[in-house]
Amino acid sequence: MKRLANLVVLALCAAASFSVFAAESDLRLLPAPVNRLDVESLQRGARNFVNYCLTCHSAKYMRYNRLSDLGLTEAQITGNLMFATDKIGQTMTVAITPANGKAWFGNAPPDLTVEARIRGRDWLYSYLMGFYRDEKSATGWNNLVFPNVGMPNVLWELSGTNKLVTTDFEDHEKATAAAIAVKGLSTLEPLPKQHYAVLQVAPGEPGTMTRSEYETFVADLVNYMDYMAEPVRNTRIHLGIVVLLFLGVLFVFAYALKRDYWKDLH
Amino acid sequence: MSKLLTWIDDRFPLSALWNSQWGKYVAPKNFNFWYYFGSLAALVLVMQILTGIWLTMNYKPDATKAFESIEYIMRDVQWGWLIRYMHSVGASMFFVVVYLHMFRGLMYGSYRKPRELTWIFGCLIYLALMAEAFFGYLLPWGQMSYWGAQVIVNLFSTIPVIGDDLSIWIRGDYTISDITLNRFFAFHVAALPLVLIALVAAHFMALHETGSNNPDGVEIKKQPKDPRTGLPLDGIYSHPYYTIKDIVGVIVFLAVFSIIVFFLPEMGGYFLEANNFIPADPLKTPSEIAPVWYFTPYYAMLRAVPSFLETQVWGVIVMAVSVLIFFALPWLDRGAVKSIRYRGGLYKGWLAAFVVSFLILGYLGTVPITVWGQFSDTFPFYGADKATVVARVLTIVYFLFFVLMPWYTVRDKTKPQPTRVTWK
Repeated sequence: MKRLANLVVLALCAAASFSVFAAESDLRLLPAPVNRLDVESLQRGARNFVNYCLTCHSAKYMRYNRLSDLGLTEAQITGNLMFATDKIGQTMTVAITPANGKAWFGNAPPDLTVEARIRGRDWLYSYLMGFYRDEKSATGWNNLVFPNVGMPNVLWELSGTNKLVTTDFEDHEKATAAAIAVKGLSTLEPLPKQHYAVLQVAPGEPGTMTRSEYETFVADLVNYMDYMAEPVRNTRIHLGIVVLLFLGVLFVFAYALKRDYWKDLH
Repeated sequence: MSKLLTWIDDRFPLSALWNSQWGKYVAPKNFNFWYYFGSLAALVLVMQILTGIWLTMNYKPDATKAFESIEYIMRDVQWGWLIRYMHSVGASMFFVVVYLHMFRGLMYGSYRKPRELTWIFGCLIYLALMAEAFFGYLLPWGQMSYWGAQVIVNLFSTIPVIGDDLSIWIRGDYTISDITLNRFFAFHVAALPLVLIALVAAHFMALHETGSNNPDGVEIKKQPKDPRTGLPLDGIYSHPYYTIKDIVGVIVFLAVFSIIVFFLPEMGGYFLEANNFIPADPLKTPSEIAPVWYFTPYYAMLRAVPSFLETQVWGVIVMAVSVLIFFALPWLDRGAVKSIRYRGGLYKGWLAAFVVSFLILGYLGTVPITVWGQFSDTFPFYGADKATVVARVLTIVYFLFFVLMPWYTVRDKTKPQPTRVTWK
């Protein structure tokens, strides 16, 4: 019995180590510096979202009045965050149609309500940090995280422009080691003769924000998108703690009862 | 109160039913950890039915509204998020407890004479549960719902001659569409729950007719009766003993369940896949279509079987047989004892090999076949994907566990089975 249990545990460990191995990817994302409890960051993120994203991208499952979760009053929401509608119970829709989007950008801009659940925080943060100048592309921009994306770099006035930096390495192993060493956003690209290039972005022309201001801007935005994808998350976690405490107390009583009933059976 | 009960009992066998099914049901006193999962499976079934009823109140089985109605439940319906997470986590946890419950049956030989029908009803529940999960998974109408259903229904089109017509008949359309969504909804909320409840009732009744097995494989019904109680020497009443004990199990299970529901509802993408938050798009095939974790061992087998004679039906046959073969267990096992405690190394080795194969196949079903790279392009593998070769070997091990069982259970050096149960 014990031996069998050990074998099962061994198999589980083996399966787990395989999956760690499988998780390795050539794309190295930046960790998103977000905090789901930072209400001010979420409020700034909401402002960033309605100002910069909510012209092409909708968030059609998100109601404006839900923003009261972030400590905003109805007057603050209607006064500062609602441009497309005057009804606070409305969801965040946009005027651009999918057909327009397809014609203008090659692909209709996706709805962003649950985008953070699809891509993850780190991906979104890295994506918004990963734009660089590319004269060969139709928009004049390209992205390290999402190559040949149809979306132009709408935040370039704030961030300034980035340029692509490519470093050539003899093989995949050396390229990976170099990519890990730089600890930033990077990806690998296969070259002829088994060579690999490490691709990174480096600052070009400065924008109206400093690097750290822009990082905060994007982090706030990602924090907000993460909230919007699941507005109930903070409530859920709080409630979970209460439920577990309750079950803990219940367990003590149930276990004592079981001991008492069973004591004469052993 | 007792007057009312007498009144009812004169007209309906209420006390008799309660007593035969639980109240005066005599069970062995040595149930261990593994015996919690039966009552837990019943608990999850009830939870799924209740949360399902409440989800149905707000869900819209319409291809243009289904995805939206889920987000509506998650955002605008009071406590909708909790009901939805309980249902989605409950689906996975149903399989967790059912797999553990089945493994218990394997370990202690619970399927053997005289409990063959209990086992068969259990296997039918497992089949119905798979169908229920499959139909339910289409309802959120995300990309994985859509393309997962597409892949599974296409399996039927590999059947020679009638395959194409059969898959159109199942879908009700040439592709997965609104019509398919509506009929899957009907199956998920009405047809299969009825089948499941009927099968669970039959599973209970058959079990309570023969009495429960136990970790020692001792038949307590064959024991002499205790003169004081009139019960078999190692038998106790389920109520209150197992009622009280199972309540402890339920609380521990609910704690685990709550940790997932409240802190990890997506379970790292295994319970709720990230790609299923993208609305279904018939024009965009996702690069990787992976079923939910509880189907992945079978999915890995399906992918591992090569096509032959210009048809892929072999993989489908292997997958179907791999599930149906469980039905034959009572007749494949010819061991002198039931429980693994008194079996020899041969059975233990084969069971371990089976479990390891099932788990690694389960893992392989969640990842692309290129995950471990390729063998070198020479003898004997000629550049084949490593994962495919491993999956083929494990598929064979999986089947050998069953096919060789009549031989290795007989040859196994078993220990004598005691006449009294032990506390271990």
